Amino acid sequence: MSETATQIPHVDYLVLGDSPHLVANECSSCGSRYFDRRNACASCFGTDFTKVDISPDGEVTAFTIVAFAAPGVPTPFVAAVIDCDGTQVRGNVINCEPDAEHVSLGMKVKLATYSLGTDGAGTEAIGFGFEPV
Amino acid sequence: MASDDIYILGINMTKFGKHPDKDSVDLGAEAAMAALADGGVTMADMGILAAGNLLGSPGFGQSLQKQIGQTGIPVYNVANACATGATALRTVVMAIKAGECDMGLAVGVEKLSGAGLLGGGGKKKSDDDTWTPDGRFGAVSSTDGRIGTQNMPGVFAQVGMEYGHKYGGTSFELFARISEKNHNHSVLNPLAAYSKAMPLEQIMGDMMIAYPNTRPMCSANCDGGAAAVLVSGEKLKSLSDEQQRRAVKIRASVLTSDPWQDGCQVLPDVNTLTRMAATQAYESASVGPEDLDLVELHDCFATAELVHYDNLMLCEEGGAVDFFESGKPFRDGERPVNVSGGLQSKGHPISATGIANVWEVCHHLRNEAGDRQIEGARIGLAHVIGLGSACGVHILESSAA
Ligand SMILES: [Zn+2]
Repeated sequence: MSETATQIPHVDYLVLGDSPHLVANECSSCGSRYFDRRNACASCFGTDFTKVDISPDGEVTAFTIVAFAAPGVPTPFVAAVIDCDGTQVRGNVINCEPDAEHVSLGMKVKLATYSLGTDGAGTEAIGFGFEPV
Repeated sequence: MASDDIYILGINMTKFGKHPDKDSVDLGAEAAMAALADGGVTMADMGILAAGNLLGSPGFGQSLQKQIGQTGIPVYNVANACATGATALRTVVMAIKAGECDMGLAVGVEKLSGAGLLGGGGKKKSDDDTWTPDGRFGAVSSTDGRIGTQNMPGVFAQVGMEYGHKYGGTSFELFARISEKNHNHSVLNPLAAYSKAMPLEQIMGDMMIAYPNTRPMCSANCDGGAAAVLVSGEKLKSLSDEQQRRAVKIRASVLTSDPWQDGCQVLPDVNTLTRMAATQAYESASVGPEDLDLVELHDCFATAELVHYDNLMLCEEGGAVDFFESGKPFRDGERPVNVSGGLQSKGHPISATGIANVWEVCHHLRNEAGDRQIEGARIGLAHVIGLGSACGVHILESSAA
């Protein structure tokens, strides 16, 4: 790939660069965090939000190994909830065998990125997941 | 009976399963006509109709009226995911409580045979030639399967696993044994979509859908309808002794939605709103979980049943695994849960479910459950949850002396 190739994150709350990480909208009043936009905080109804970085290090607090999914979704994959230093994040466990011997509750993981492919204009989409540490 | 109490006068569920020759209106009409006949009343007595059918055409309630009787009464077409049936019931309860009418009909129907996997997929976001951010997360490509899962077996698998992480004691085998219990219960239920006992090895060896839920550990997609006629205590006094004897008192009717909890945007929190609904229901009914003779709870997946033992406070907080291991939720146990076979074997025609589980409880409270009768049942609880979320809890009591 040429040095001028551009990248685009899979979702707008993934920040690329030297240290890829997730960002959230944090309620200025109560600290609740949202990955999408809210008119008012669902917890305290405050309307003031600031962007905060989410820790890339986390722990698996729930997971499933999806073997049978909607058409077009490659299986099997590990879907999980990751506790990233107090913020709950949804993501796949990647770079890991998708079976119950290799994935466990409480396992430590960190954010990792991977390519979703390059479009006709030469832009590469970058996705994220969490890999075992 | 107190005038301001509300009773179930008539109730019915159709056979759950495949009904290729009937559409949603036919199934709704079958359940509604049977519920009216069960209560000894007609459409002329109804002051309100609340109807739910998620996958059919809009205006299901009016279509149903055209099939069984058009009297000009208000129709509320309701939708609340898997809690749609309970929402229809609750709507009629509120109308009677408000004094708007003294009798009403609640109906829920779904045609789901062959519907396959629910949830996930959605609008197919094609990975087309140019990455273009779209939607609330500015996603350039589909997120289902790349950022977690949106399919129901996977979501509820995580709900059960999260419980295991918090309290310990869960395993693939434990969840499969919960499913084994319900499949064993279903053998006695002629209206269940599947009424076959299933050995544990078969459940664990079946097709994995979303670990730890195999196919028999998932609710069965099927067709079915259910309907209930509700009446005010005041009106019931004017009805026959037989109608009064068979009427089932609604000791509590509660509907909640999910309050904000950390993490609820990532994995739906089905726990807090269920605990809230149960707390409100126990308070309003002045009964406790120890008073329940049977419970029908929303076992849309085996992993879900476990967490609801705790959410409905059938056990101490964190004690769901011990509760199951104690044998209490088996039909010969102290607190039988899902003696109908539950959604895993009885089936889960979405909008019908929240009335069908009330029917099951009523059937026992009226001592009409035949082979699967829980002897001497006087008080029971029916619970449903619709992801999104909505939770309905009804506590019911026998009128018979
Ligand atoms: Zn807030």
